[in-house]
Amino acid sequence: MSGEPRPCVDSPTEPGVAPAPASLVRMANQIASNAAHKPHDVAVQRTADHLREFWHPSMIRTLESYVASGGEGLGPIALEAVATLR
Amino acid sequence: MSKVRQVDLGTPAVPGEASVNVVVDGMPVNVPAGTSVMRAAATAGVDIPRLCATDSLEPFGSCRLCLVEVDGRPGTPASCTTPCSPGMTVRTQTPRLEKLRRGVMELYISDHPLDCLTCPANGDCELQDMAGVVGLRDVRYGLDGANHLDGATDDSNPYFSFDDSKCIACSRCVRACGEVQGTFALTIAGRGFGSRVTAGAGESFMGSECVSCGACVQACPTSTLQEKSVIELGVPTRSVKTTCAYCGVGCSFVAEMRGDEVVRMVPDKDGGANAGHSCVKGRFAWGYATHRDRQLEPMVRERITDPWRAVSWDEAIAHAAQGLTKIQAKHGVGAIGGITSSRCTNEEVFVVQKMIRAAFGNNNVDTCARVCHSPTGYGLKQTFGTSAGTQDFESVAHADVVVVIGANPTDGHPVFASRLKRRLREGAELVVIDPRRIDLVRSPHIEAAEHLQLQPGTNVAIVNALSHVVVTEGLVDRAFVAERCEADSFAEWEQFIALEENSPEATSGITGVPADAVRRAARLYATAGNAAIYYGLGVTEHSQGSTMVMGMANLAMATGNIGRTGVGVNPLRGQNNVQGSCDMGSFPHELPGYRHVSDPAVRAIFEAVWGTTIDPEPGLRIPNMFDAAIAGRYLGMFIQGEDIAQSDPNVAHVKAALGSLELLVVQDLFLNETAKFAHVFLPGTSFLEKDGTFTNAERRINRVRPVMAPKCGKQEWQVACELATAMGYPMDYAHSSEIMDEIAATTPTFARVSFKRLDAEGSLQWPCNDAAPHGTRIMHVDGFVRGKGHFVDTPFVPTDERTNRNYPLILTTGRILSQYNVGAQTRRTPNVQWHHEDVVEIHVHDAETRGISTGDPVTITSRVGETVLRARVSDRMPQGVVYTTFHYPGSGANVVTTEYSDWATNCPEYKVTAVELAPTSRVPVTDEEMHAQHQPVAGRS
Repeated sequence: MSGEPRPCVDSPTEPGVAPAPASLVRMANQIASNAAHKPHDVAVQRTADHLREFWHPSMIRTLESYVASGGEGLGPIALEAVATLR
Repeated sequence: MSKVRQVDLGTPAVPGEASVNVVVDGMPVNVPAGTSVMRAAATAGVDIPRLCATDSLEPFGSCRLCLVEVDGRPGTPASCTTPCSPGMTVRTQTPRLEKLRRGVMELYISDHPLDCLTCPANGDCELQDMAGVVGLRDVRYGLDGANHLDGATDDSNPYFSFDDSKCIACSRCVRACGEVQGTFALTIAGRGFGSRVTAGAGESFMGSECVSCGACVQACPTSTLQEKSVIELGVPTRSVKTTCAYCGVGCSFVAEMRGDEVVRMVPDKDGGANAGHSCVKGRFAWGYATHRDRQLEPMVRERITDPWRAVSWDEAIAHAAQGLTKIQAKHGVGAIGGITSSRCTNEEVFVVQKMIRAAFGNNNVDTCARVCHSPTGYGLKQTFGTSAGTQDFESVAHADVVVVIGANPTDGHPVFASRLKRRLREGAELVVIDPRRIDLVRSPHIEAAEHLQLQPGTNVAIVNALSHVVVTEGLVDRAFVAERCEADSFAEWEQFIALEENSPEATSGITGVPADAVRRAARLYATAGNAAIYYGLGVTEHSQGSTMVMGMANLAMATGNIGRTGVGVNPLRGQNNVQGSCDMGSFPHELPGYRHVSDPAVRAIFEAVWGTTIDPEPGLRIPNMFDAAIAGRYLGMFIQGEDIAQSDPNVAHVKAALGSLELLVVQDLFLNETAKFAHVFLPGTSFLEKDGTFTNAERRINRVRPVMAPKCGKQEWQVACELATAMGYPMDYAHSSEIMDEIAATTPTFARVSFKRLDAEGSLQWPCNDAAPHGTRIMHVDGFVRGKGHFVDTPFVPTDERTNRNYPLILTTGRILSQYNVGAQTRRTPNVQWHHEDVVEIHVHDAETRGISTGDPVTITSRVGETVLRARVSDRMPQGVVYTTFHYPGSGANVVTTEYSDWATNCPEYKVTAVELAPTSRVPVTDEEMHAQHQPVAGRS
């Protein structure tokens, strides 16, 4: 049914695929808002877990770069969550 | 396969063990108590002549043809209305009965046209059959007396005609409309000899409340109600059982054929989902499959402004493969991806996601379920452990209270709605939670106990309020929770939900629903006995769609309404194979069977079979693909049978994304809106050509059998295999059954599924494996799939989409009975006679303050766009809310919807868009104008 085993052609998650930061900021804040009723540490952890489980790695890396450059617009929970992903 | 004659035992089955012994014409038979003599006889192999009886309807006893003699009893009772009693001895053929029946038939025939040879039902007419069965040889009365032979024919319905001259007034159509469909559009007008079937209050069928479900046509024993296709083409000669390709109910049909031409689609009485019923789409609206707009040749072009060039399959596939490979070489493996379709079979979807994961080498695969039920997948997996509804459809017949949330089943899922309405007429209570006064709120013989007419976007506040009442009024099923659910997550949730902020009184200001109504609804649900939740896209297509799904799951667990017949949490899926496309690994983070790509053990299963490595990281979701495309980082895309340029929100953004692609490959039946941006067009197959399976909303895997060869020459899975092969990853199957074998070998919930077993058992509901070899009707019976049920706190977070002075109204979107999604199929059928354009419904007060009347063109303006539709002033809408459908591309409903989406899944928030309406002199864009925007095919006029 399938051919010979072969590796992935390349790094499958090379940077550059991610959407623009504005969209990522909005989505990250939204995830954080839905965890915000929890104690701060738990909310940060939940947000980070969600990003890790569902987001394309390049989206996370783009957001990390954005945080490194100030992270304007990201709420405190999202900011900390992104930091924990490193 | 030769023509299937569906078995009819005369009266409905009676539930229960066979406990009553009777003898019919010397043959002993054992039946459940309450079974009619007619059915007992049929069970014993004795067909008693009948005209007014059929086993889809309650017995009526009017035709007097099914008379029998019972030893020890006087007279000749009607066998359809006489229940069996222990020891009863029945005779169905005696000289007295023969004489009586012949006399009855004589009367019928004396008032019936004697044109059998030219009648469209010749050879398929019960009246004709009965005349033969009773040995009628002469009619003594002549045709000189009063008769109905000059009765008029009503041809108003596009699909069937009503010929009054052939009607024998048996009432089967009237009863079918009431009992089966639940519309009550037909009646018998007049008395005695003047009794005639009438639609509405003496209207035409089209002018009446008739919903064209076909139940009356199916029930008619003569050609009084006759499909026009049979009148035109003749009686079918062969038949094939298959599955409807419209909504997620997934009705089974018998396609009745002449050669490779469909004469009619007849609902299959053995169909697990529909039990012999149908709606106007599945029953009649299949003509699109042979519509002249079908694009049957592969085509390519360099630029989207170029004319299309028809090419061979080899050239089209090579063009696509080279283009995709070139993009990857230049921009990286992750620069391409694809979307699977919920309209395609499990096998076609599985192969496309395999192509993307194995041949493209990434997880950039998503599905149109992203924009409808992805929150269902997320929410039910978090709480119950699996991404699927809990019940079969039949379960609703055992519910005592039904809560319908954000769904409009009579339009969106009409065959399920008929089951539901039957149960409601039997006395079950109904709670509707919806901003609109949908038909279920009040319709013939049905009235909701509560209609919680909430503001759009406040679902979570309502479900929290319902749960708050359950917890604070001592209505929790403590035994169920203790035995079946996690103690710690329940304790945490109980504390959260008991907060005053979640009370009906506190949330009333958010939802607009009076607190006492919420309290009554919660008590009703919690104390019902069996309470069931059914929901639709009015739940999922919100910024808190996933939260709402979890909120409903919390409520069901807290009240013990999970794990048995008559209860559950049940998504009403939008498209025919939404469940299946999700099951088949269409989401970027999950392999088939909802297993995360990061799990090395799961990847190892597929890597062993597929012979390649699988990316361990999630891929891009559809909205992420659009954003990445606009950012110039995602450049090649394969779209299987989905028209995202019409169906997805903020189409200006979608079109900008599609226009940014270097290569777009579209596989579809028609040159749709998305194809305007395509560089390669690969023709697809209709459901009449497909060979595979669909999985409906009750996890029922049904066979889709081809009734004709693929009109484009290839099955869609073959095309995906050839594209993967051309990209360097050989994929080949001899038959689609081999794809299902691969699914079964790699996906534990499908382990015992095969075409052979489906053919033998009719259908199978997953999980179907060694633990459940015949499938699973009800989920979570002895325990949740995840072990213990998990409660999740569900705080209400308002959407960012807010009304203000400039955009004071909330637009919500949906679909109607006669049309289906983007209308690609139904717009190409006579269904357009019911709905030829999308309109915007507006409350009378909102209309009056804006100077808007029904029929006026109005602009609908949101923060992202503007479109023009005609208005319909309607008291179904609450003040401040307007509603429209998105069946026509020109209506541009999704020009105005925004990119806001569910926090967990990015399912778009179609149901909440702040807008303003204003009268305009502009007119809505027509379908023809939209079609004219397509580039021509070179060499064609």
